[in-house]
Amino acid sequence: MIGEGPGVCLGPDIDTDVVIAGRYLRTKDRSVWAEHVFEDFDPNLARRLKGSVIVAGKNFGCGSSREQAAIAIREAGVIAVVAPSFARIFFRNAINIGLPLIECDLPCVEGKNVRFDIRAGWVKAAGKRCTIQPLSPRMQEILSAGGLVEYWRKHG
Amino acid sequence: MSTLSEQILGGCAGEYVDRAVDRAYVHDGTGVLTLEAWKSIGADRLADASRLYVLFDHIVPANNSTTATLQHELRDFACSSFLNFSDVGGGICHQLMSEGVVRPGEVVVGADSHTCTLGAFGAFATGVGATDMAAIWLTGETWFRVPETIGVHLSGSLQGAAEAKDIALTYVGKLGTDGASYKALEFVGDGAGTLSMDDRLVLCNMAVETGAKAGMFYADSVTVRYLAERDIVVAKQEVEPLTRPGDLEIDLSDIVPVVSVPHRVDTIKTVRDLTGLPLDQVFVGTCTNGRYSDLERFARIVKGKKVAVRTIIVPASRETLARAIRTGVLATLVESGCTIGTPGCGPCLGSHMGVLGEGEVCLSTANRNFRNRMGVGGEIYLSSVATAAASALVGEITEPEVA
Repeated sequence: MIGEGPGVCLGPDIDTDVVIAGRYLRTKDRSVWAEHVFEDFDPNLARRLKGSVIVAGKNFGCGSSREQAAIAIREAGVIAVVAPSFARIFFRNAINIGLPLIECDLPCVEGKNVRFDIRAGWVKAAGKRCTIQPLSPRMQEILSAGGLVEYWRKHG
Repeated sequence: MSTLSEQILGGCAGEYVDRAVDRAYVHDGTGVLTLEAWKSIGADRLADASRLYVLFDHIVPANNSTTATLQHELRDFACSSFLNFSDVGGGICHQLMSEGVVRPGEVVVGADSHTCTLGAFGAFATGVGATDMAAIWLTGETWFRVPETIGVHLSGSLQGAAEAKDIALTYVGKLGTDGASYKALEFVGDGAGTLSMDDRLVLCNMAVETGAKAGMFYADSVTVRYLAERDIVVAKQEVEPLTRPGDLEIDLSDIVPVVSVPHRVDTIKTVRDLTGLPLDQVFVGTCTNGRYSDLERFARIVKGKKVAVRTIIVPASRETLARAIRTGVLATLVESGCTIGTPGCGPCLGSHMGVLGEGEVCLSTANRNFRNRMGVGGEIYLSSVATAAASALVGEITEPEVA
């Protein structure tokens, strides 16, 4: 899995309430989540996310188990999220819906391109190359399939 | 020598294992997406339905047509597929699972981050998202990475007006919001034995606020007695007293009433330091502090007096509410000026009732004070029930008196 996109810099401990607020959860219309993603953090952020790579601080996605958080980020067009660490439920959720997560402490320069090759195990930005923590074999299979639904369509 | 997680999951820390799930539950929030994912898989099969639970608690009763339609679809599915089902007013999913359902040694998975609450019974209980749950509906099992463990060694016993919530906020403050990421917390030591099941549920509930995968107590005579009162016979679990680097030691007699201040759960101050902070709302309830013992303690403090600020009390379950009615606790609460909500999550996540307005300040017995969680521009302080009661009477953050 290879990708490249402009970096969008976020701080540490971004919680899932910030990613998508509770008031937007009760729908099955995914475009609602994409439209309101990060609204309480920066109301203008959603429109800058298409094709981007989020580069965040530690503990990204802490808080609730709401899968809408991972879906909102993917639906907004983010191609991957890079952070030194992720909260565990968000981590599973993102891989399960086919959103690549990259565990790495990467410097972020707003708008500067971030390149990654997950299979080869590296990510590069702002002149720094970082070796990616490999996913477990099962998670690699799930991500390669495009998510857990697609994985079970094949294996079920 | 192995940890409780290792014993239950049957592997060593760091290993990946596939395990059958003894009980799996969703609520009205995560259940909708779970059903959608399960249908997307194209599945026409369901694992043993007797192990699957659909428990409505997040927006109860429904607040608008969209919510009602989503709940209608999920309710129909749960009933027609013979899943265990609890409708609006039954109570919070974690609370219902604690009222004589979960047993020591079980593997419990819930589509809610506070599923770790059930570790109080010596079960391995952890939260997942909707798609993981859909796969569990399909297969009855899931994969786990067996977590490393941080021992939280408790000694002594609570003194004065301090309660279990103050221990919970204190340890979250010590560990930080990701201090136990991917790990399990084991609450051990002589102090653990002094805590009731309700106290243990509070401590385990907040484990996820440190990033932990699970928070656990070993089943002991307190656990055995609690379940025996519900006609469930279980055995104690053997404690393997381990000490590891990074363990935490807490002397319960050092615990004082504390408050978590906006907008991070791990930012802790003493109630004394915040005395006099004006409040717009007090909220008592949630999977942290909405049990009968909490309502009873609140009632004891406000009995014969009037609250000075709007105070919303939401019992954790129908059993809680019914008992509060029988014992007169509910009458005391209503007569003191409190407003009572339908058993469930109430205003905790700001999605239907008790929402805060811009600039309003709430003292809450819940577990999260993230920015805007209870309403855009609102500020949330987290405290114990006794602190909430003393503060409700004054309309400002106030130190609880020693009972």
